Amino acid sequence: MLSSVYIILIVAMLAADATFTTPHHLLGALNSPEIRFSVRLSLISCTLTTLLSLWVSVPTAYLMSRFRFPGRRAMDAILDIPIVLPPLVVGISLLILFQTPPGQFIERFIPVTYAVPSIVIAQFAVACAFAVRTMLVTFDQIPQRRELVALTLGCNRAQAFWRIAFPEARRGILTAATLAWARSLGEFGPILVFSGATRMRTEVLPTTVFLELSVGNLEAAVAVSMLMIVAALAVLGIARVFGLRAPLERVL
Amino acid sequence: MIQIEQLHARAGQFAIRDVNLAVPQGCYAVLMGRTGSGKTTLLESICGLRQIVSGRIRIGDRDVSDLKPGERGIGLVPQDVALFPTMTVRQHLAFALEIRRRPPDAIADRVEELASLLGIAHLLDRYTAGLSGGESQRVALGRALSFRPGVLLLDEPLSALDEATRDEMHALLRDVQRTTGVTTLHITHNRSEGRALAQKLFVAEANTVREAPLEELAKRC
Repeated sequence: MLSSVYIILIVAMLAADATFTTPHHLLGALNSPEIRFSVRLSLISCTLTTLLSLWVSVPTAYLMSRFRFPGRRAMDAILDIPIVLPPLVVGISLLILFQTPPGQFIERFIPVTYAVPSIVIAQFAVACAFAVRTMLVTFDQIPQRRELVALTLGCNRAQAFWRIAFPEARRGILTAATLAWARSLGEFGPILVFSGATRMRTEVLPTTVFLELSVGNLEAAVAVSMLMIVAALAVLGIARVFGLRAPLERVL
Repeated sequence: MIQIEQLHARAGQFAIRDVNLAVPQGCYAVLMGRTGSGKTTLLESICGLRQIVSGRIRIGDRDVSDLKPGERGIGLVPQDVALFPTMTVRQHLAFALEIRRRPPDAIADRVEELASLLGIAHLLDRYTAGLSGGESQRVALGRALSFRPGVLLLDEPLSALDEATRDEMHALLRDVQRTTGVTTLHITHNRSEGRALAQKLFVAEANTVREAPLEELAKRC
């Protein structure tokens, strides 16, 4: 009974959005140059963040899964922080970080705060933690013995990773990628604080929803929300099609 | 030849000490012992998968104590066979040779040779997921022998097989050993396996390993 109420709530939320918006609104939204800019920036920044997250999370998780080293427990605990930290706090922390001397030093070469790089950094700060968790579950499920056999067959550690562990982890990598991408797409709090909400500059889809709402343009806000719902469902669909339910459920 | 002198190795709280063991060239030796008697610790030490505390390990005329696992020339068939699920049987047999960058036709010849020796020619293009226990063992054996190692180590390879398949594998192992002349150390806790295969017997107990007369296999059951 309780669970069915919740299921109805979820479906009703989506149905309300879908019935509120009309093809006319959707087309209108897609024709607006601001919204097209924000769609493009969202797609680019999410993809960059996803690649960056995989690049960091795959070796990090492999290291933590296969080796016992001093500081491993601390590392494990620290990796949970972005998951539990309130999003606004992530944004403020990043903002402050780039006001410190090392942050200012970077800003001298690449403008970060209130510019596009800040969007990727804000997304990455949270999404990567989810990617690491997914990859950790993935590598923990792959028995290490196969890599050890590969070592006796003449592989070095790197070859054992690339030829044995990596191909076996490909489903997990795909899950980590979809999860990181979906997380980044919805990231709003840190971006609002760290990147600002300047139209045609640092505007991503959640920013658009916020800006449209704040000027009372509910139709456009819902239309953009619909775009994000479709993108999120597509990602969920990909994950299910590739049979990735188990690792996804374990992480979330 | 495998020669171990005064080996001391540790696995967590557990340790084996004062292990002295010699398996002559071309001999089929069986190491017996209960679960937790240190058989696997010894085997990992020989392979180089476990760092030893002290002692020397020689394979053939080389001291391999400080070499990496891949440089020791040891073919390993681990307990759970540990086949690679992303590879076909053919890729398993070719793997060690590809790592060594052997020419493709030499690899193809060696794969054919192993497949016919082990009776798995019809499985070459299959992935490992659907293989039976006996077939998996044959693939693991082929993978271990592919690069012509001086020594073959088998870690309870037949424990998961049914009686009939086990007898079949005994015959195959004897046959392989006769054909290749590879020095073999076979770890098991099954006495009938020991009786079927052993030319030399070692027993792991009380945190060390001692050589035992083959009669001990008959006497104990």
